[in-house]
Parts: sequence; structure tokens; C-alpha cells
Amino acid sequence: MAEAVSPVRDVPRFEMRGVRKTFGATVALDGVDFAVRSGEVCALVGQNGAGKSTLMAILAGALKPDAGVMRIEGDAYTPRHPLDARQAGVAMIHQELSIAPHLTVMENIVLGVEPTRGGILRRDRIRQIAVAALTELGHQDIRPDAIAGDLSPAGQQLVEIARALASGCRVLVLDEPTSSLTHGDVRTLFDLLGRLKRQGHAIVYISHFIEEVKEVSDRFVVLRDGRNAGEGVTSRTRADDIVGMMVGRALDDLYPRSPRASGEAMLTVEDLVPGSATFTLHRGEVLGIAGLLGAGRTRLLRTIFGLEAVQSGRIRVAAYSGAATPHDRWRQSMGMLSEDRGGEGLARALSVADNLTVTRLERLGLPWPAFTVLPSRQDAAASRWIDRLAIRCAGPRQAVAQLSGGNQQKVAFARLLHHDVDVLVLDEPTRGIDVSSKAQIYQLIDELVAGGGHVGPPRQSGGEATARRVGADRRVGPKAVLLVSSYFPELLGVCDRIAVMSRGRLGPARAASDWTEHALLMEASGARAAS
Amino acid sequence: MIPRATAARLPRSGHRRRFLTDSEVAGVLGGLVAVSLIFGALIGPQFFRAANVELMARQTVIVAVAALGMTMIIVSGGIDLSVGSIVALSTVVVALVLRSHGPAVALATGVAASAVCGAVNGLLITQLRVVPFIVTLGTMLLVRGAAKGLADERRIEAPITWINDLLRTARDGRGLLLPTGIWLTVALAIVVALLLRYTRFGRHLFAIGSNERTARLCGVRINWRKFEVYTIGAALAGLAGVMEFSKLSVGDPTVAVGLELDVIAAVIIGGGSLLGGKGSVVGTLAGAAIMAVIQIGCSQQGLPNWVQQIVTGTIIVGAVALDRWRQVT
Repeated sequence: MAEAVSPVRDVPRFEMRGVRKTFGATVALDGVDFAVRSGEVCALVGQNGAGKSTLMAILAGALKPDAGVMRIEGDAYTPRHPLDARQAGVAMIHQELSIAPHLTVMENIVLGVEPTRGGILRRDRIRQIAVAALTELGHQDIRPDAIAGDLSPAGQQLVEIARALASGCRVLVLDEPTSSLTHGDVRTLFDLLGRLKRQGHAIVYISHFIEEVKEVSDRFVVLRDGRNAGEGVTSRTRADDIVGMMVGRALDDLYPRSPRASGEAMLTVEDLVPGSATFTLHRGEVLGIAGLLGAGRTRLLRTIFGLEAVQSGRIRVAAYSGAATPHDRWRQSMGMLSEDRGGEGLARALSVADNLTVTRLERLGLPWPAFTVLPSRQDAAASRWIDRLAIRCAGPRQAVAQLSGGNQQKVAFARLLHHDVDVLVLDEPTRGIDVSSKAQIYQLIDELVAGGGHVGPPRQSGGEATARRVGADRRVGPKAVLLVSSYFPELLGVCDRIAVMSRGRLGPARAASDWTEHALLMEASGARAAS
Repeated sequence: MIPRATAARLPRSGHRRRFLTDSEVAGVLGGLVAVSLIFGALIGPQFFRAANVELMARQTVIVAVAALGMTMIIVSGGIDLSVGSIVALSTVVVALVLRSHGPAVALATGVAASAVCGAVNGLLITQLRVVPFIVTLGTMLLVRGAAKGLADERRIEAPITWINDLLRTARDGRGLLLPTGIWLTVALAIVVALLLRYTRFGRHLFAIGSNERTARLCGVRINWRKFEVYTIGAALAGLAGVMEFSKLSVGDPTVAVGLELDVIAAVIIGGGSLLGGKGSVVGTLAGAAIMAVIQIGCSQQGLPNWVQQIVTGTIIVGAVALDRWRQVT
């Protein structure tokens, strides 16, 4: 597929040199070079957090680089905001499609650049533009009058690409374009990219999936930790080597590991759809699920926790089986940490205490009647977790929104500890938080599954009984942790066993010592199938 | 100097301090004082005479009682537009039942009928998954129609009972200084305030209103809570209907058209947010009182109705704008 490279001019269509970007103390990009020529598809690959998104945000004018130059066809390119980028001919197609579902296809294609005469829309001209763009794509099958929202995700994506072409784009950037497409639609998209390439378009293709990169791109550029970590001609490089460039480092010493003993089965999943998952999680172990974004890991966890419907298969939590709501799961002593901290994990306007205690307000009220809650006791319970986890905040009454990401995550985690659940379902527990909070969360996970599994706040002499009394009259054993992450070093460091999820299917779990970061990435990105 | 026991109770005293300095509640109470002082200055000291204050309190109760329920609904992120119709239905039901039964039965039936309307709202919202605005827009017409049908599109005369005295000060000096209805409102306000602040139900309403997805993740039974809050809210509207009946002494299916807007306005002026997760009983009562003061102040000052409407509208927009501004800074 990569043979048909068109004549290459000396000046790249688009280039970035020495681009640097810092956020506070974090260096997101440290002198990155990137270029794409006319008539080629250049893949940009790298693990989560490698700096791909930051680089593309700079290209799209959403972020300003601290240093570095950008040129389009040799001319300086300094977008001040996204509209500048669009006018300069940079078109981004994001994972989440941005069409207006209630408008027609042609209205979407000319959105924002509607041709008018004396303030009146020129419908004939709109139709011409739309038909021309769809013809260029080779998709005359899409009617310009169709309502965009009625189209399939693939069709909507085509409308977005048509919009990019209609606005005269010079660089087309596709960010994980296949994540919402079916297999056949992916095929169609690749054919289309091949055609656009031959027409002389410059295309940047961002993907986690090495098999796709192998198939669709002519060249690839690897980013790692905000730096260039290699590049090459795709057809002359093995998938294995690309993965090697993406990984490129050893495990650090972030992960404490106490002696652990695997106990009774706490969670048994059999042939569960969605996820095609079968596994058993025991007391005293951390079971990891590795996978890239969009692999279906979150959906699997949400189904287990009763947030989404079970299509088929069985879930058993300790002695309970059958359908369950999140309410039931908490009562069955299972708790979940959401990957979407701001949107789902926490009620941001509410206080630390409210967020932390909401699942277990029992015993935080008067002795009678049972439905009462005393804010002072909520605060007392929360204060202890604030001390125990060193959550930096003004006090239990402070709104969660005012805390830093790491401290917010600790509040969300403390909710599971306050409830004293036996099974912890953690979805990307360390995403977007600082290193010291990360280390603390690894430490907590280790304490939970090792020994007594008793992570309690420091007892205050003569303090009121709070959640700890709830825990104290139950049999205390090590906890069971189900951990989803797309950061593989963390999985290898924390887990006892790891299973890989790819394209919506969960593979068998194997001992963490049998895996390497390389092997996980090969499996998760489907590179194994490609090489 | 400070006994040691005090130190242990610090969190609680911290609470109280925060409540008093709560900028939202302080803001709306300040607004109430300001509006009263302005009319006091315009009209003179007779504006603050006991009889006049009582008049204003009586004016407030119908909106206030319904607004107590609306506060809970708005805190949970919902809205109920059928409140005015429920008030009308309640007056009709009370009047009809009074023909054959005693006042206690009539009162209970009126409230129960209203609660059923709220339960229907709750079921439709949670089972059809239609937004509350649309559902209650529909039931607003449905309940209004039902009230008219039940009353055969006429006013229902009813025998005089103690219900008619709810908003009246006993002339022979019996009773507790103020009409029973006002005491009832105060008692209900305390109950609702406690419910919001000191019960699982209340904490769950705030959680749902603040972020429904979080509430679901945390095992809050959202459908059940919504069902409860719409039912309780409508029951309180039904009680407001009993008060309305007390004022009218007939069952009138065409009364309280648009009352829901006054009720919502009271909650919003009192610091509630239509996005949910915010609202307080003290604020709502002050909001209702502000509207009553403007209404009575304007009429005693001899200002025409349109001035009163402009002032009320300005205050609603001003309250929300002030709230936005405070959030930004």
C-alpha cells in the first residue's frame, strides 16, 4: 500500500521545528520536530501522555507553543486561535465527531463558511459545494439533503472530511478516526485516504493501533515523553520495532509490593457480553485489564458495576448473582472509581465531605431515626480520610471543584475506603494526576490487597465512632482490586495478573511476571495480528 | 478559658459560622431588608405595623408552602410546572369533600389527591425518561383540565369550617398571635429544612442535582428519589391549595393560573439554581417574602400593577445575575 508515494517536493506541506510546551513544571513537549509532505500519510504514534494531543492542539491553534517554529508550505504559521488554523487550511477530524446532527449534510459541509449574497444564503451554491466535495471523496451515495444525524458514524465522519475539503484544507489531521467505525467502514476510510493522498493531500494520521498505522501510512513519527523517539518509512519497519520506540524505558521503583496471598473468589465473570470477558478475581490480588482507549474496558467495568446492561453472560459478586444496580453493588461491598473524574466520579459543586460519604451515610446520623444524617459527623468522618490520605484542602466543607486533580482523585478513592468495600473496581485511577498522588494511590492499593486489607484513618482518642466501626464488626480480610489502565508500566508494577482487552474482547489473564510492556502493547494495539 | 469539650465540637461550630456567613442566604435576606426599608421609607411607619406585617405574611404563605416543595425539586435538578394547577385541583377537591365530610377529611383528601398528581409526574419523568419541564408542562394542562371537569367548570360552594380560618387571626384573641396557616408554614419550613440538611433523602437530592451521573455511580436510587420528591412537592402544593381555599372559601378550578412561576421565582431569588444542587429553605422563604412585600408595598403606595411586575421581574433577573457574578469572582 505504501508503494504509491507521489513525487515529493523539497518543501514539506507542513512542518514544526523544535516545538516546546510546558504546563507549570511539567514539560509536555521538549523540542519536537514533525513534518508532513504533499501526497503522503504520516502517522503520529506514541503512548498515552507521550505528547500527541498537545502537539496537535498546537497545530490546531488551541495552544500556543513556548518555543519552536511552524511553517505551512514554507510560510510562517502562527495561529492565535482555532479559527486561524482553519483559515490557514488545517483541518482536524477528532475522535468525537463535531457535526450538527439536526442540519442537513450540505448545511454541515458549509457550516461557518456559508456562501451568501447580500446576507441571503445561496442554497444553489451550497448544494454545488457539497456535491463537489462529496464527489471528490467518491461518495455520491450521500444525499446533500439528508439529515446529518441520521447517518451512521462512518457517514458523519465522511461529512466532516467533506467539510475539510470544501474549506480548502492543506493539512488534514485525523485523530483516532477508526474508534467508532465498524470493520467495513475502516476499509472504506482507508481507501478514501489512499485516494486523497494520490490527489496530493497531506494527511496526519494519529492512532494507537499499530496494525492501522502499518496499513495506512507511508511514514511514521514516534513521540515518547514529549520528545521525538524515532521515525521511518512504514513499509520498511517491523511493527515490533515501532512498539519498541514507543516503550523505550524500564520500570521505575514507584510500586511497592507487600507479600500477598490470594484468597476466596470475590468476583466471577463468565462469558460476559459486552467485553467477551471471563475471569475470576480473588481476595488479596490485583487483576489488571490492559487496553488502549476505546478498547471497551470502561464499558466492561460499567457493565460489571450495573451502570450498563448485561447483554449475555453471568456476573457473580461474592455470593450474589443476577442483575444488579450500582445501589446493589455498593451493598454487595463493591465500589467503583470512574475514569471520568469531573463528569461522573465527583459532584464537583458539593463538598469533600458530601462526595466522600454519599455512598454510606448510614451511621453518620442520630441513633434514631435511622434516615438522619448529621453534617458534623460527615465532616468528622471526612476529616479523618483527609488526614489519612493527606488530601490538600481547606477542610471537609470545601467544594471538590476547588481541589487539584490529584486531590480530587484521592477524594474519589477515599469514598471506596470510607465505604470499606471488599471489591474495588478502579478505572484509570491515576489518569491526569501528579506523581506523588500516583505513588500514594499505588501504595494504598498495595495496602488493601496485602495483609489485613485494613486501610483505616488514624484513630483519634475518644473520637466518635464513624465508618471504622462499620468495618470493625465485619470480618476483615484483604481486598480484591480490579484495575483498568492504559499506562502499562503501572499495570506491570501494581498487578498480580493482567488480561489484555483489544477491540472489545478481553483475553485470558496471565501472571504479571509473564508480561512485558512490549508484549502488552503488542497485544493491545493489535500489532501481533499485523506482524 | 475555653472548656476542652468545646474543642472536640469544633467542626459543628464551624458549620454554624458558615451558615450565618453563607453569602447566598445573607444576600437574599439583605435583599428582603432592603426592599422592606425602601417601601417603609416611601409609605411611612405604618408599613411596619403588626397588622400590615401579618397581611404580608398571609400573602406569602400560599406561594411559600408550594415553594418549599419546589425548593426540594429544584435542588434535585428538576422543575414542576404543574404546581398552579395542583393548587386549583386541591381547592376543588376540598370543596367537594366538605359537602359530605368534615374539614379534616377534606384537607387530607385535597393533599392526597395532589400527592397523586406528583406521583404521576414522578413516574412519567423516571419511566419515560422525559425531561421534567416537558412532563410537567403536560400535566399542568392535564391537572387543570381534571380540576375543571371535577368542578363541572363552576365554582364549588362549600360550608364554612375551621379551614376558612387558617389565614385569619382569631378576633376573640384566641390563637397564637398569628393565623394558624402562618404557624403551619413555619413548621413545614423547619421540617423541609431539616429534611434537606439532616437526612439521607436531602443529601441524595443535592447529589442528584449536582451531578446525576455521580449519584448513580454512588448507588443513589435516582428514580425512587425523584418519585419521592415530586410526590412530596405536589403534596405541599396541595396544602398550598388548602390555604388558597381558605382564602377563597370556594373551590375554584380557574384559580392560581401562573402561580408556578411565582413559586419558581421565589426559589430562584432565594438562591436556588435551575441546574440543580443549590437551594435553601431560608432563601426560598425570603424570596417569597420579597415578592409579597413588593406586591403589597406597591399597592399601598398606589402604584399600578405594571410597576409591581417590572420591579419583581427586575429582582428575579438581578438575583440570578448577582449569583453569577459572585460565582465568577
